[in-house]
Amino acid sequence: MSDVALKQAADQTTPSVINLKKVLGPAHVWALGVGIVLVGEFMGWNFSVGKGGAYGSLIACWVVGLLYTCVAMIDSEITSTVAAAGGQYAQAKHTTGPLMAFNVGLYLVMAYTMLEAADVLVIGDLVTMGAEELGRPGVDPHPFVFFMVAALAFLNYRGVFMALSVNFLITAVAFVSIIILWVGVHPFSPGEITQHAEMLAIQPLPELSNVPGLPYGWMGVLASFQFGIWYYLGIEGTCQAAEEVRSAGRSLPLGTMTGMITLLIAAALTWWICAGMLPWDYLGQALAPLYDASKMSGSTFLHVLLWVATVFSATASANGCINDASRAWFSMGRDRYLPQWFSAVHPKYRTPYRSILFLIPIAVAFGFTGLLAQTITFSILSGLLGYTFMPINVMKFRRKWPLGTIKRGYVHPGHPIPAIVLFILCVATLFAVFLGFGAQLLAMMMFYILASIWFVFHRYKYVRRGDQFTMAWPRPRGY
Amino acid sequence: MDFWDILQYAAWIAAGLLVLWMVLDAIRVSKHFSEDVLTSSQEGIDELAVQQEQHRNGR
Repeated sequence: MSDVALKQAADQTTPSVINLKKVLGPAHVWALGVGIVLVGEFMGWNFSVGKGGAYGSLIACWVVGLLYTCVAMIDSEITSTVAAAGGQYAQAKHTTGPLMAFNVGLYLVMAYTMLEAADVLVIGDLVTMGAEELGRPGVDPHPFVFFMVAALAFLNYRGVFMALSVNFLITAVAFVSIIILWVGVHPFSPGEITQHAEMLAIQPLPELSNVPGLPYGWMGVLASFQFGIWYYLGIEGTCQAAEEVRSAGRSLPLGTMTGMITLLIAAALTWWICAGMLPWDYLGQALAPLYDASKMSGSTFLHVLLWVATVFSATASANGCINDASRAWFSMGRDRYLPQWFSAVHPKYRTPYRSILFLIPIAVAFGFTGLLAQTITFSILSGLLGYTFMPINVMKFRRKWPLGTIKRGYVHPGHPIPAIVLFILCVATLFAVFLGFGAQLLAMMMFYILASIWFVFHRYKYVRRGDQFTMAWPRPRGY
Repeated sequence: MDFWDILQYAAWIAAGLLVLWMVLDAIRVSKHFSEDVLTSSQEGIDELAVQQEQHRNGR
């Protein structure tokens, strides 16, 4: 934007209030949620096979799928009502209180920024891998990591509509590529390309298990939950678009629930393809199992398509993460939980441009470390802690504002069963994470406790307490 | 210097230029608009709903 154009904009059209732009529809919400997650079908979920065997991974796919369906239903109801950037942060602020909101906001920023770093790290590795396959070993991944963060941040800086329209396109290509691969391995001719009967005949280790097909028994199945999260991690990110959708009551539930259905289909197809083509002990530690399966198919077309789709899925995920992390950071700045400087909205592009800029070096720094497992674990743990507090928030929400007292775009069925199921599954999954990453889990909880102490004793005095409650709702029941 | 070397340099340069553009734009915006305007965004304000209401009222 030139100085002259800026001056003209400032002189002629400056409104007294600059809000985020309401331009998104259900397709953008779908693209945001599925875009963040779909990379998990291309890599990561398969580590659950290493923990619990192929059947253990399938059980994790269903159980964690139930966890995320509860997350999607609860999120859809609250966010269709609390239509504000920050998603679960804004929900917690209205239903529970500032300390809970601060922690939830921090979980969101950490979960998305770390996931973004992991995504670009994977893109850098994929470029290196592709160059190697074309006969050029030793290509440095760092310039591609930096370029992806900069290019996607630029896209987000210039406007949310274009950023999420691009996400819709590349996410759709990645999703369709899974279906094409499934068709390409002849699903109706078992034994021709896929070898499920042979691959799934896993012998249990006698000292650990007496259950056929489960090499490490039921404890292995529980341990696999921590990687089963990869099938769906990030679908709750749809809530961050709440302030930029044209109709929050319609778009958010529609985009989130169709996104969840898309992911359930993608997860099932991914498991079926990979479990039938790759031995479980290889699958349990592979970097990109769908890409490996495409190579095993013997089709050059599928090989190239799945390389492109893997890069697209990681790109869509990083793009969605930039969008979500910046909205959460922006929203916390607006409420003065962080310096208000971060809550600036660009007068032309109507995006939280300072928050987008601020998070670039953090993502690049973690992307440059090359520590994929640690980075993604930080993201998963932050997300999981956020889900664990959701049942508390929705219970308070329904108790303070029962059905009929405020207008809801969507009412999730069977309350409080989804909240109770979500809480139980979160505790089980946290235990599974503790089995594999106990030290990291405790270190991270310590980090959040220290951050909470900083907030309570230092930052909270800057918060305008009366301004936090922004929804035009009646006084909550009991107050 | 082969194709991959050129691609790596191109990625460094392109990334640097994009970040530089964003930083310069952010500085220019901060110079031309007051901080009160830039941070004036309000949660819970539905501009579209207000516009629709005004339209319905014939304003």
